[in-house]
Amino acid sequence: MYLRKTILATGVAFSALATASFAHAEPTAEVLHWWTSGGEAKAVASLKEDFEANGGTWVDSPVAGGAGDAAMTVLRSRVLSGDAPAAVQLKGPAIQEWAEQGALAELNDVAAAEGWDDVIPAAIQDVMKYEGDYVAVPVNVHRVDWIWANPTLLAKVGVESAPTTWDEFNAVADKLQAAGITPVAHGGQPWQDATVFETVVLGLGGPEFFQSALIDLDEDALNSDTMKAVFDQMRKIRGYVDADFPGRDWNLATAMVMNGEAAMQIMGDWAKGEFLAAGKVPGKDFICAATPSENGYLFNVDSFAMFNVSGDDKVEGQKLLAELIVGEKFQETFNLLKGSIPARSGVSLEKFDDCAKKSEADLEAAQEAGGFLPSMAHGMALRGHLSGAIVDVVTAHFNSDMSSDEAVSRLVEAVELAKD
Amino acid sequence: MGASQSTESNLMASIQRHLSKIVVAPSFAASLFFVYGFILWTGYMAFSKSRMLPVWDWAGLRQYERLWQMERWHVAIENLLIFGGLFIVTCLFIGCLLAVLLDQRIRAEGALRTIFLYPMALSFIVTGTVWKWLLNPGLGLESMMHDLGWTSFKFDWLVNSDMAIYTVVIAAVWQASGFVMAMFLAALRGVDQDIIRAAYMDGASLPRIYFGIIIPSIRPVFLSAIVVLAHLAVKSFDLVIALTGGGPGYSSDLPATFMYTMAFQRNQLGVGAASAMMMLATVMAIIVPYLYSELRGGKKNG
Repeated sequence: MYLRKTILATGVAFSALATASFAHAEPTAEVLHWWTSGGEAKAVASLKEDFEANGGTWVDSPVAGGAGDAAMTVLRSRVLSGDAPAAVQLKGPAIQEWAEQGALAELNDVAAAEGWDDVIPAAIQDVMKYEGDYVAVPVNVHRVDWIWANPTLLAKVGVESAPTTWDEFNAVADKLQAAGITPVAHGGQPWQDATVFETVVLGLGGPEFFQSALIDLDEDALNSDTMKAVFDQMRKIRGYVDADFPGRDWNLATAMVMNGEAAMQIMGDWAKGEFLAAGKVPGKDFICAATPSENGYLFNVDSFAMFNVSGDDKVEGQKLLAELIVGEKFQETFNLLKGSIPARSGVSLEKFDDCAKKSEADLEAAQEAGGFLPSMAHGMALRGHLSGAIVDVVTAHFNSDMSSDEAVSRLVEAVELAKD
Repeated sequence: MGASQSTESNLMASIQRHLSKIVVAPSFAASLFFVYGFILWTGYMAFSKSRMLPVWDWAGLRQYERLWQMERWHVAIENLLIFGGLFIVTCLFIGCLLAVLLDQRIRAEGALRTIFLYPMALSFIVTGTVWKWLLNPGLGLESMMHDLGWTSFKFDWLVNSDMAIYTVVIAAVWQASGFVMAMFLAALRGVDQDIIRAAYMDGASLPRIYFGIIIPSIRPVFLSAIVVLAHLAVKSFDLVIALTGGGPGYSSDLPATFMYTMAFQRNQLGVGAASAMMMLATVMAIIVPYLYSELRGGKKNG
C-alpha cells in the first residue's frame, strides 16, 4: 500500500515536472470570463478547443455571478497584485478605462497581419482601440433594438407584421389591450427598463439625437422636448405591461410571448435563443422585427481585452488567442451558439437563421445611414457611472407616476452630477 | 546543568502564564488588520478620487458632497429609517408577546419555542426568495385568494414602489422575532419567582405584574435586543437582493445595496466608500452609547 502510494506520488511529481517544462515552450493564455452556462459556456468551449488545436495551453478562469460584477472584482485584485490574466471578457468603455490605467497590451502586429481594419466595422473598431492601438478583440454583435412578437396574437386583432412607427406600435397595443391581450411582455429590472428606453430614444429622436443625448450627453438634447416625448412614450408602454412585471427576469418575459400570454417584447437578440431552444421557427412561430427607427441599429458587442503579461509563452498565447477570436472559423461557430452575428465581415451566414440574416442586412444599411450606434443600456456607449445615472432616472420614472417634465429635469441633474 | 534546567522551567512557566495571550494573538492581529485596518483604508478611500481602481489623490469632502446630492442615496436613507424603525419596534413587540405567552407554563412549550425560533436558522436569501413568491401578486397570496373566490382581494406591495420597503419589513420581522422571543424568554425565566409570588399575595393582577414588575426588571434585555436588531437592519443586504432586488426601480434600496451598486457595478469606489463610512457612523451611533453604558454599569456593579 505504502509502496503504491510512493510510486503514484513520484509519478505525479514527474508528470507535473514534464508538463511544467513543456508549458514553457508553448503559447499559454489564461482567460477570465463569466460565460458559465448554456449556449455561452458551449461557445467558450469552442474557443478553447480551437486554441488547443493550434498548440496552445488554455487556462480557464470562469467567475460566475452578478452578470460579471464578481469577475470584475477578481480582475481588480489580480491587476493590483501585478498578476493579470492574459484575456478578460470586457466590453465597451470599460476597455478604455483599463487602457487608461496602462493595464492593456497592444495587438497591432496581429491586427496588421490579419487586416482587422478592413473587416471590423469602424464603430466597433473605435471601441476596441485605445489611442489608435488595438487592445481588445470583438467576438460578436448583438442587436438590442428588436421586437419579438407572437404572430397568432397579432393576427387576432388583424395585424400581420410588427409595427414600423411608434404611433403604429401604440395603435396595435391599444387594439390588443381592447381584445384582452397583454400587449407588451416586460421584466421590471433597471437594465430592461433602460433597454426599452434607448430603443424609444432611437425611434423618436433618430440616430443623431441618440448620439447627442446618450453618447455625447449634450445638455440641450437631454433637456429637449424630444426627450419629454420619449418619457411620454415610456409612460404609455408602462400602461401596456401586465401588473406583475416588477422584478421579472427577461427570459420569463420572452416565455410569455412564446406561450401566447403577451404579444410583444422589446429585447436584444439573446431572446432568440429562448425561442430556438423551444423549437420555434422564426417567421412562423415568432416574428423578429426591428423596433421602429430610421435605419437605426444599437449594437452590444462582447469582447476580450488583452492585459499586459510577461513571459514569451504568455505573449505568444495572447496573440494566438486574438488571431483565433477574430478568425472566420471561430466567429461562425461562436455566434451560431450564442445567437448573435459575427463582428467581422467575410463570414458566410449560410448556417444562420433568418433573424441573424436580417440583423446583418440591417447592420450594413445602418452603417451607410450612420445609424449604427452603441447601446447605452448594455454598457457600450457610456462609462458605468454615467449610464448608471441615466438608468436610475429611467427606472424611477417607469416605476412611479413621475411626470415627463420632472424626469427630464432629473435626467439633466443626474448626468451633471455624475460627470464631475 | 542545573542552570539550564531552571531557564527551561522558567521558559515553560512564562509560556504557561502567557498561553492565553499567545493563543489569542493571531486572531487579534488578523482582526486588527482585516477589520480595523480596512476600516481606515475605506475611510481614506472616501476622501480620494477613486473610481475604478483605488487611487491616493486627495479629493477632500467631494465624494461625500456627491453622495448627498444623489437622489438614490436619499431614498436609501429614508428606507433605512422606515425599515429599521418598523423592524425593531415590531420585532420587540412580537418577540416580547410570544415570550410572555410561552412563559405561561403551557403544554408543548419546547415544540412551540423551536417553531418560533426556526426562521432564524434560515439564511436571509432563503427568506427573501420564499417571501418573494408568497407576496408576488401573480403567484402567491393574492392569486390564492382570487382562486378561492375573493376576487376583490388586493395585496400588491411587492410590485408597488411606494410599499415595496414594507415587504422587506414583513420578511425580516418573520425571520428575527423568534430570536427576540428566545432572548426575552431566557430573561423572564431569570426573574425572581419570590417577588412575583409576593405580588400575587398582594392581589396584583397578571397584566399588572408583567407591566409593573417583570418587564421593568428585564430592561437590559431590551437594550441588547435593540442593539442586535439595529445592526441587523443597517447591514441588511441579502434580504433586499433576494426579495425585491432593490426594486421596483430603486425604491427599496438600502444603504448596503447602494454601496454595492456604486463600488462594484458603477466604478464609483469613492462614493461607495463614502456611503460605507456613513453606514459605519450609523452603527457607531448605536453601539458606542451602548458600550459606554455597559462598561460603566460593570464598574458600578464591581
